[in-house]
Amino acid sequence: MTRDFDLLIIGAGPAGMAAALAAAPSGARIAIIDDNPAPGGQIWRDGVQAQLPAAAQRYRAALAAASNVQLFAATRVVAIAGPQQLLLEDDNSAWNVRYSTLILCTGARELLLPFPGWTLPGVTGAGGLQALVKGGVPLTGERLVIAGSGPLLLASAASARKAGAQIQRIAEQASLAALSAFTLQLTRWPGKLLQATQLLDSHYRSDSFVVAALGSEKLEAVRLNQCGKIVEIPCERLACGFGLIANTQLGQALECRVADQAIAVDDWQACSRTDHYAAGECTGFGGSELALVEGAIAGHAAVGEQQQARALWPQRARWQAFATQLNRRFALNSQLKQLAEADTLVCRCEDVPYSALAERSGWVDAKLHSRCGMGPCQGRICGAACEYLFDWQAPTPRVPLSPVRCATLLQLAEPPAAG
Amino acid sequence: MIELSLDGQLLRVAQGTTVAAALYLGGDGNSRTSVSGQRRAPFCGMGVCQECRVSIDGQRRLACQTLCRTGMQVETQA
Repeated sequence: MTRDFDLLIIGAGPAGMAAALAAAPSGARIAIIDDNPAPGGQIWRDGVQAQLPAAAQRYRAALAAASNVQLFAATRVVAIAGPQQLLLEDDNSAWNVRYSTLILCTGARELLLPFPGWTLPGVTGAGGLQALVKGGVPLTGERLVIAGSGPLLLASAASARKAGAQIQRIAEQASLAALSAFTLQLTRWPGKLLQATQLLDSHYRSDSFVVAALGSEKLEAVRLNQCGKIVEIPCERLACGFGLIANTQLGQALECRVADQAIAVDDWQACSRTDHYAAGECTGFGGSELALVEGAIAGHAAVGEQQQARALWPQRARWQAFATQLNRRFALNSQLKQLAEADTLVCRCEDVPYSALAERSGWVDAKLHSRCGMGPCQGRICGAACEYLFDWQAPTPRVPLSPVRCATLLQLAEPPAAG
Repeated sequence: MIELSLDGQLLRVAQGTTVAAALYLGGDGNSRTSVSGQRRAPFCGMGVCQECRVSIDGQRRLACQTLCRTGMQVETQA
């Protein structure tokens, strides 16, 4: 089956929703694809233990009311099936979608770095724990340590506390000087300053990072370097994330140019490839406010409404300045490159230890010798980790873009010639 | 409430609960055993790392991106 749309949007987070709503009044036939069961992306993820902010509810209601916008949830992009055509898979079927214009709103994922014990049950990403909690994972009475970097640590702590966790420590790797400078700058974005104040937590420490997760069958304690001093904290859970990295895989597969580890776009949010746009975190980490305005610019531009798109440029510049501050102040301390020990697994799919990788010259060499990045996640976790640890260029995505059913792959095959 | 089966045991969860949450509500939270024999549990929470893959009604699916449905048969990998 093939469906046709004027405008196809990949990702129903803030950028994707804003793009659809900006483009909808034009009357274009619009589809949004998202691999999660509900729209919202990561920041507005819905779930049994989620409390959606008012803005998220507004966007969802507006989307549901737009009769020319169709949302396909729990649907993922598998492959490029032809010119302006993608192969998709949902719970029950595989189908093709043809588009005139595409907007990539594929978001970001957490940078998850290897350290001893990071594969133990009980250890999750920081945003990862937040997502799991929204989906109903209970934390009642559990002791939690949060570590890594960025404002997401505080947001994750707030969600976990609501779900019953006892926060033991929030370890931020950035220095006190960097955090102070960041906080001073926040007066330029009063809403953000208010948010920061609301999220403040007495367990928060700067200049601190995880050294090891301890336990045999599951997590029992966390060893931290806290301002140069080693401390051990007993806990049932560790949520650890080192910032966000852009999901560029689909953009790369579509041959859109990638620069600075993000999909490159111009002032109109247009990619290097004609009729392809990108907005939100996949063009560089900047937060939901920037994603919303970028999405709206892309949506307007994609349906030829240059004037409306241009009117949003000043608003984008304001949030881009905030993103610049974030990226600068939460830059990673190079000590984090030394966390993995010889036997620490770097590739969690194929259980490849650090010692098997440290001697290799690059990603291809590592794959040939160790199967690193050749498991189901296709290097999305270890590829990003190796890019940080060894400065290796991340793997080029290959089809299928995610593990799929054989029946789905068969759709990519040419029909047999008659006779 | 939704009734599903987790490794042969009946489990009741609230509407909107993910299979990843059901793993914790009805078991030890683990989803699979790695190629070198380590027990693993949901990790990234957002459909990237593939650690939470389980068998759902006979198909390999990601627990973190699948909502529980009545009658669902979920099998973790021992």
